[in-house]
Amino acid sequence: MKAVITIVGRDAVGILARAAAVCARHNANIIDVTQTVMGEIFSMVMLADIEKLTCDISALSEEMQQAVADQGLVAHVMHEDIFNAMHRI
Amino acid sequence: MLNINEILETVQMIQDECLDIRTTTMGISLIDCADSDIDRSCRKVYDKITRLAEKLVATGEGIERKYGIPIINKRVAVTPIAMLAGVSGGDPVKYAHTLQRAADTIGVNFIGGYSALVQKGFSAGDLELIRSIPRAMAETDLLCSSVNIGSTKAGINMDAVALMGKIVKEAAELTAGRQSIGCAKLVVLCNAPEDNPFMAGAFHGVGEPDCVINVGVSGPGVVRAALRRAGPDVPVQQLADVVKKTAFKITRMGQLVGAEASEILGVPFGIIDLSLAPTPAVGDSVAHILEEMGLEKCGGPGTTACLALLNDAVKKGGVMASGRVGGLSGAFIPVSEDAGMMDAARAGALTLEKLEAMTSVCSVGLDMIMLPGDTTAETISGVIADEAAIGMVNQKTTAVRVIPAVGYRVGDELNFGGLLGGGPVMPVSRFSPEGLIRRGGYIPAPMQSLKN
Repeated sequence: MKAVITIVGRDAVGILARAAAVCARHNANIIDVTQTVMGEIFSMVMLADIEKLTCDISALSEEMQQAVADQGLVAHVMHEDIFNAMHRI
Repeated sequence: MLNINEILETVQMIQDECLDIRTTTMGISLIDCADSDIDRSCRKVYDKITRLAEKLVATGEGIERKYGIPIINKRVAVTPIAMLAGVSGGDPVKYAHTLQRAADTIGVNFIGGYSALVQKGFSAGDLELIRSIPRAMAETDLLCSSVNIGSTKAGINMDAVALMGKIVKEAAELTAGRQSIGCAKLVVLCNAPEDNPFMAGAFHGVGEPDCVINVGVSGPGVVRAALRRAGPDVPVQQLADVVKKTAFKITRMGQLVGAEASEILGVPFGIIDLSLAPTPAVGDSVAHILEEMGLEKCGGPGTTACLALLNDAVKKGGVMASGRVGGLSGAFIPVSEDAGMMDAARAGALTLEKLEAMTSVCSVGLDMIMLPGDTTAETISGVIADEAAIGMVNQKTTAVRVIPAVGYRVGDELNFGGLLGGGPVMPVSRFSPEGLIRRGGYIPAPMQSLKN
């Protein structure tokens, strides 16, 4: 079971660190990370194994949003099934 | 393996283009609640709804959080109450209060099924229920009512058409202090589907299982954004292609949500309704999709053609993405619930007559249209008869949900707030169909009904 975590917004120091810290706190294992900065816009997609998550996915989502909200960034944590459903036949 | 563009596309659809699941609607049969004592019947109704739908809202919210996709409405649709009223007798408004109380307890946004099916005539309970609709709509907030007055198989019940003109007027008058909002929860249908998850026309048909989950998808904003990316110079067939691909993706999401809700609740998954349902929110308009195709204003020449293309492409894209399609499935064109339609009506581009033409190629009918308060019952009956005729002959669902707002004139603005929206009062023909409506009787079923 995997979750896709995306963070988009103005670039700043330590965004990735904050996201990783939230994952570590709840035992989400980061499998893959892609990030780019286009102009000043930071965009990150992270794939995390949530098989052994110590909280439920909605709590992870809420904490992730709070972790980056003060920097004006928007975070989404979504179960991978939604992407598989939409983009794979 | 997922790629980053696909992930960002989905996130953008939800974040910027108003993609959502419009409704998960639980259909509940109340046949086993019918009792010759109306109070006992009401108690059984309340108990069954609150038992089966107890976790409906919490389940929906859980799925929202898991997938990060908003599910705007959680609703319940029940067996047409006229059938229960036929068994129990008594004042049908008791059922209305019971349904409202059940809706409050389980926390749903709307509950539908204060309904009667009278396309071929009235049976026990039908007339009593229909006559009680204005009171039921005035005394409840979350209850929706529908009456099916025609079908391709049965023809059109003109006695019911005449009666419904009066009922709509009375519903407006009983809620005159609230912009006649009673009429916003009342729809008159022809060829009503029995598994429709959308209000106000949702009810649980007699051929349905005891309990079922139906899902209505949405996404006008996503379709418009995709058309914009295609650009102004591509030929029309490519627009159809873009709509199909987008509808496929939207529907797959609905399928996922419906299957999951059905599993958690332990209730069979019924159908997905492939509908483009607008909201008054900016960027969630069907009218703007039509304008993106190249119209200066929705309602102008070319509108019916664009809508026909849109409606067909939505179905073609969606049907492969879902195991079972049903309900209304197509594009909705409510005036008050669509920012682009409101603008077009204000500008004079969109008229009642043009809307009527549009309903012959889209999924429903004349929906959420504000009319002057002095519109007569006969005129409303005439509008209902015309709309039902389009549905009957074209073997499709049509509906009329108009609001003859007491005290309002052409050009005045109404504002219901929320999903019901608002908008300008539109002009209606001043020539009367009174002579026709007075006749009563029925329009025989057309040749299209003889298929066997």
